[in-house]
Amino acid sequence: MKMKNKIITAVVLIMALFVLLLALERILPPSSMLFVVLKKGAIYALVAVSMNLLNGFTGLFSLGQAGFMLIGAYTYAILTIPMEARGMVYQYFDGGIVPLALPVILAIPLAGLVTAIFAYLIGLPVLRLKSDYLAIATLGFAEIIRAILQWDKLGPITNGSNLLKLYPVFTSVIFPFAVTGVCIAIIVLLINSSYGRAFKAIREDETAAEAMGINLAHHKQLSFTISSFFAGIGGALLAMYQTTVQASAFRATMTYEILLIVVIGGIGSVTGSCISSFLFIACSEWWLRFLDNTIFIGNFQVPLLGPGFRKVVFSVIVMIIVLFYSRGIMGTKELSLEGLYQFLRKRSEKKKKGDVPA
Amino acid sequence: MTDHILQMENLTMQFGGVIALDNLSLEINRGEIIALIGPNGAGKTTAFNCITGVYEPTNGCIRYEEQIIASNHPQGKMKKLYIGKNKDSYTRVIRHTPDKIAQMGIARTFQNIRLFKDLTVFENVLIAKHMHMKQNVFTATFRMNRREEKRIRKECLDLLEEQDLLPFCGEPASSLPYGLQRRLEIARALASEPKLLLLDEPAAGMDPQETRSLADFIVHVRNKYRLTIFLIEHHMDLVMRISDRIYVLDFGKQIAQGSPTEIQNNRRVVEAYLGVAEDA
Amino acid sequence: MGFFQTNLPYILAGISVGGQYALIAIGYTLVYGILRLINFAHGDIFMTAGFMMVYLSASLPLWLSIPLVILLTVLLGFLVERIAYKPLRKAPRMSIMISAIGVSYLIQNCAWYVTSGLAKQFPVIPWISDSVTVFSATTKVVTILTPVFTLGLVAALVLLIRHTKIGMAMRAVSRDFETSQLMGIKINSVISTTFIIGSFLAAVGSILYFTNYTTVTPTAGSMPGLKAFVAAVFGGIGSISGAVLGAFLIGICENIIKGLGWTTFSDAFTFALLIVILIARPTGLFGEKSMDKV
Repeated sequence: MKMKNKIITAVVLIMALFVLLLALERILPPSSMLFVVLKKGAIYALVAVSMNLLNGFTGLFSLGQAGFMLIGAYTYAILTIPMEARGMVYQYFDGGIVPLALPVILAIPLAGLVTAIFAYLIGLPVLRLKSDYLAIATLGFAEIIRAILQWDKLGPITNGSNLLKLYPVFTSVIFPFAVTGVCIAIIVLLINSSYGRAFKAIREDETAAEAMGINLAHHKQLSFTISSFFAGIGGALLAMYQTTVQASAFRATMTYEILLIVVIGGIGSVTGSCISSFLFIACSEWWLRFLDNTIFIGNFQVPLLGPGFRKVVFSVIVMIIVLFYSRGIMGTKELSLEGLYQFLRKRSEKKKKGDVPA
Repeated sequence: MTDHILQMENLTMQFGGVIALDNLSLEINRGEIIALIGPNGAGKTTAFNCITGVYEPTNGCIRYEEQIIASNHPQGKMKKLYIGKNKDSYTRVIRHTPDKIAQMGIARTFQNIRLFKDLTVFENVLIAKHMHMKQNVFTATFRMNRREEKRIRKECLDLLEEQDLLPFCGEPASSLPYGLQRRLEIARALASEPKLLLLDEPAAGMDPQETRSLADFIVHVRNKYRLTIFLIEHHMDLVMRISDRIYVLDFGKQIAQGSPTEIQNNRRVVEAYLGVAEDA
Repeated sequence: MGFFQTNLPYILAGISVGGQYALIAIGYTLVYGILRLINFAHGDIFMTAGFMMVYLSASLPLWLSIPLVILLTVLLGFLVERIAYKPLRKAPRMSIMISAIGVSYLIQNCAWYVTSGLAKQFPVIPWISDSVTVFSATTKVVTILTPVFTLGLVAALVLLIRHTKIGMAMRAVSRDFETSQLMGIKINSVISTTFIIGSFLAAVGSILYFTNYTTVTPTAGSMPGLKAFVAAVFGGIGSISGAVLGAFLIGICENIIKGLGWTTFSDAFTFALLIVILIARPTGLFGEKSMDKV
């Protein structure tokens, strides 16, 4: 397909998507689970893609995502709580010391920027380490960040161990989709650029990459910082979605869930991470919900079903995928119109030859 | 006036208690094809690794285009352990990371092919151009470097065509047969626009015919791109055919140097390595 | 002397919890030494042992439930290895680590499901829970007992590794996995033994730990597990004595920090220590450097 046609098709599809979303918002009640899945799915998709950039494309096994999301979330919240509300939120700290409230459009990129700065500083010592040690070091830093943000002495800024609230939030599902869409588009542009190739080279063989003139420290730092920038924006979106944000909720479990999303979608596939994110959220929040209810058939209580069973079943499914389908849904390939077209064409050819039963 | 492109002075590499390179000195003039031969374990790849910055030599220095690119003397624990010579001759400590060395114009291939396995043939070669592109991460991401991309793509396609690798452009590098993988590694090294090319056993695993065409190819490439070639090889037919001079290494020490004819007639070399042809 | 006096209960608590961390840390360091895998699920196995004790001791006498808990924990560790790690031995290293994370996720969710998220009280084991006074500080017997137990078990383990055939096999496998296989060492037995030993020690550690901190929750294993791993890294991955040393260091320091009033940071201390050691000396105190062949 020619370049111009590709761009036109992409634009048309995107517009169709937004029209669809708007239509859904008209039709369905706002409390519908579909919106939970769409909103949370979009946010997690952004973080998953940012993690994929680091882990999947550059080969740096980092487990610090929750920490970076936390920095982004807090930066956003702290900078946008309207002045009138500050007294109420920072009730133990005399209204806190932050003297301004920024508009959302400034605060979100700023959240990413602050996160990127922290990532840069953390990356300086940590990126030299071997993969397993890098994982634990980044995990450790995430925990340190979590502890620091709950520290009472920083209360005038962070509200200590109390939650932050009353900052601007979004209602429509279009907002997270739009922000996520733009961010993922930028990441895809990066991956397909010369720098993306350099990242992949580092993943494949560091020694050979160095021999080809790629400075490892510089490029690893680039990947780490950029990935964290977008994780920070994801955190800001998450704060908006949850309407309150508390440091203690950003535990290592959150990072593990993102990692599992990336693995299920395929390490090294952006579309895979997106698809898998929506599936993951749909399964864990929506489709398997019935497993949490105790169901009676007549007088007979169906065994096993009950609160928490949903997560158990979900974890088992995840383990099965990790063990048997470790390439994930998409492997390292991307979903594209061309690919889909070829795939369908091959199938219909096979059908004609009688290989595939109709 | 000889134009030395590479000089090694009293280069010693000691690992723990083992001396891998023993006071090695050699010179390579611009435009020459120099071969480094010797039995396995003689230290040939170690020498390459010192030049490219992968290893830090224990003692001695390396000059590239008259500038020192590596220099060291025994320090710390090594001060007591050092059993080599000339330990007080070098005072400066200079070290560059391999990427810096590559940017200066020294490219290499590896003994055990190190291609980017899951990337396509085309991507493998494109990556070598990354360091020479005028760009930063922003201009690259937002496609403001389109002219650069076009240029490097054309140059890489030309290189691949020269190697008859064009039909495999979109295939993953690991899917190529062994011989073609070696050629891809050379194409990739050439793409990095080197002045000095280090080839580590480029003919390994090739049959006599392939070796012959590789030999011709190396000479062709040297002439076309005005390179200097430094190669490690065990295939003596290749070495004798194209080398201007040969250095012979045994147990890290240089035991001979000279033209191919001189080396073939050198008894010490014959005993240590070449062996005598058996009468049929 | 005043510092010592006021902080004695903390130092004692530190030695006690340090010993418990040590028992967990050994499991991490042994498994990493052999498989180069950070067994993220190890801390959760420790937690499961705690829950098993809670449920079993409700219906069985203690002299029966204690050995049963140990046995079941060992079985759990063995099964986790067979089911989740063995199939991925040839896969890239990231896959097996992700599997470990998946197992950890699964165990925690199962624990949550079984207990409906309610914290459980660990049964009181007579004698070791009794109070005793040491240098005018009151503490439980288990606090004194733990370091003794720990050092005893560690000594036994070191003897096993130095003087038995299986110990030599373990050492060989952790040096060079492939060559050991070629030399005829039964890799599966060695790996299973490693997990069995690790789980055994974790079970013992869990009994001692939860006698002190009596609340058992599904996430009760994460922090001790992480801290134990840091101890293992500090001491040098693969070194048992290093892991034990690191564990005691962490236990004592974090309790002294609590004593000084900086409780929020007692956990962060461990991670700060991790960062410092990874920057200053990544191979740990007693670890060894290795060079890759180019």
